[in-house]
Amino acid sequence: MTQITARGWGWRHSGRRAWALRGVDLDVGSGERVLLLGPSGAGKSTLLAAVAGLLDPGSDGNGEQEGTLLLDGVPADRARTAGVRAGRARTGLLLQDPEAQTVLARCGDDVAFGLENHAVPPEEIWPRVDGALDAVGLGVGRDHPTARLSGGQRQRLALAGVLALRPEILLMDEPTSMLDPDAGEQLAALVGALLSDTRATCLLVEHRVAMWLDLVDRVVVLEPGGGVVADGPSSEVLEQQGAALAARGVWVPGHLPTGPARRDSGVVGEVLLRAENLQVSRRGTTEPVLSGVDLDVVSGRATALVGPNGSGKSTLALALSGLARHTGGDLVAQPPLLGEDTRLAAEPERWRPRDLVRRIGSVFQDPRHQFVASTVSDELAVGPRRIGLPESEVAARTDDLLERLRLVHLARANPFTLSGGEQRRVSVATALATRPRLLVLDEPTFGQDARTWAELVALLAGLLDDGAALVTATHDGALVDALADDVLTLRSAAAMTGAAG
Amino acid sequence: MTAVDLLAGAADTDRSAPLARANPVAKLAVSLAVSVALLLTVDVVTAGVALLLELACLPWCGLPARSLLRRSWIVLVAAVPAGVVTAWLGVDSGASLLALGPVTVTEGSVTAGAAITLRVLAIGLPGVVLLATTDPTDLADALAQLLHLPHRFVLAALAATRLVGVLAEEWQMLSLARRARGLGDDGWTGRLRTACGQVFALLVLSIRRATTLATAMEARGFGVTSQRTWARRSEFAAFDALVVLGGVGLAALATAAGLAAGTWDLLLS
Repeated sequence: MTQITARGWGWRHSGRRAWALRGVDLDVGSGERVLLLGPSGAGKSTLLAAVAGLLDPGSDGNGEQEGTLLLDGVPADRARTAGVRAGRARTGLLLQDPEAQTVLARCGDDVAFGLENHAVPPEEIWPRVDGALDAVGLGVGRDHPTARLSGGQRQRLALAGVLALRPEILLMDEPTSMLDPDAGEQLAALVGALLSDTRATCLLVEHRVAMWLDLVDRVVVLEPGGGVVADGPSSEVLEQQGAALAARGVWVPGHLPTGPARRDSGVVGEVLLRAENLQVSRRGTTEPVLSGVDLDVVSGRATALVGPNGSGKSTLALALSGLARHTGGDLVAQPPLLGEDTRLAAEPERWRPRDLVRRIGSVFQDPRHQFVASTVSDELAVGPRRIGLPESEVAARTDDLLERLRLVHLARANPFTLSGGEQRRVSVATALATRPRLLVLDEPTFGQDARTWAELVALLAGLLDDGAALVTATHDGALVDALADDVLTLRSAAAMTGAAG
Repeated sequence: MTAVDLLAGAADTDRSAPLARANPVAKLAVSLAVSVALLLTVDVVTAGVALLLELACLPWCGLPARSLLRRSWIVLVAAVPAGVVTAWLGVDSGASLLALGPVTVTEGSVTAGAAITLRVLAIGLPGVVLLATTDPTDLADALAQLLHLPHRFVLAALAATRLVGVLAEEWQMLSLARRARGLGDDGWTGRLRTACGQVFALLVLSIRRATTLATAMEARGFGVTSQRTWARRSEFAAFDALVVLGGVGLAALATAAGLAAGTWDLLLS
């Protein structure tokens, strides 16, 4: 039986000139599991929000609609409100940001939130909450504070909140893009098991196709501003469209990006930074998260910091980049990194910001944390100006970076308005502008599409060949394979050195 | 201490203490009664008696002295300078205690200063206890179910309090990132500029988070009808009425003491 019907459907967000989607014709039957693919900007999330009934085309709504989008013959926005009034959920929506989906402070209350909104009688609420918490295998009680959950656990909690409503259609918008690979695999397996039980219809948007391929039976490819360009059984569509999708950033199995060949300069690198028996602690605590770390950061070599969540990768990266204090052992910058300034302290954490930015570049996991200017070109000029370069040299470096990182057309844009991949390129460019000898990156490929990934890896390989040292904290096995000369596997409060990669 | 510690009663409070267990609305009423009584007057006796009585009730609040101090520093920070400034600049009367050029400190201005300090403390203390011993979720339940405040407003505010903790983390990352960009070492003007930019960045990030949260809440049926059920029932028991009575009694006693001592003086008269 057909459940979702779109005919010539289109949506334009208020204040935008371009249509997010246009001319969509789609039929999804009850119990079907559909993966929506397309380059970023193809309106996949918009389609999910529309099916969830969250887009309001009314006069004071949030956009303009054309064509029809029906759930069992009823316009989607009315289907949602009618469903809530009748105490049943037509759709459940799982979004990508685990932090932003938690509504309440205790796990049980958070799951109960949707049931209360649907006016489920109080005596039925708690059994359904307990059932949903059990089903997602969270393993914590109702009173457990949501603030203490990891990203993966939060995503499961959000799923429990959706499942407790027993929706007929499960909608998921990149549910694993902000999780580490292990947590992502676990969530995908969990959703698979739950869908087999509930037989709910499922509409999924996800860039990492391999993780979900076993679970879906149909793939629909959307085009930015256009409609459906391919629709059919997963294997068939991926065979026909795989190469084209991969070229536009989708992670398609069999079309995965590969790292570039590294040039072997034959030059033995210099030690830039030496850690001996180093101990680091999380901000605001003295309890060590890692201790006994011995590490030489050498020019022309890349060191990957790997390990499970909570093993202290990011904390160590912050210490190595001179942003956080170490709580034991020694961290000493060596003469090649210190340069001519003889008054400079040996520990990077004691340097003034302008001495730091000249020597060590940092790339944060969320690029938006790093933006301080209102245009991309000003953003790139910040570092060079801080170290006192003449304006002609500042302009030369800025122009060079804009060119190399394909940012020329965005030079006047506000960094906050860029897409995720563009923001990543800008954040790396800002760290390179002062030509530091050491670059420290925290999960640089996190949440990136395949195209940005390949560009980033090629750029970093080029820097290594030119003699820069790289340290990167990462979960991304492909990144480690492509770049790392040394791999440091971390376990909380005990570090172990692994073999060269 | 972060705003989170102030808001969500953390592990250092004993939630089984009688006054901690009282319905949040009852605790709120006590806070209001004391505030109204003390806002009417600025005098040492009323404020001092109120503060003494409040301190006498502390053992039943489940808030050990250490946690109380940790949470009330912000009240102290407000109370002490307010008193000192009043003693310094307030209207002079009585014997002069200290004269430094145009600034004179007199018996009258010292008394006024002490009254201001005690008053801020006496108004602040019930508020600190309320926040420290009350889970925001329980407060929201009580406000919506017992006082019938609009649940859309109450629950939206509640969800927003949870984002405060996230914002504190974001702020730290923004600070580190500014150091990494080479900013923050050129005097206070430079620092001020950096801080303004940082506030803007925090705003942008939090609006994005809040939009996602709003979408997630709406997708789970929030805001469609007023026909909502409550999984947790907030009840106003006989004991809660007693607590309110106690609070009103405390305010009345303090006022009576002020009247008896002749120091009570209606502020707006």
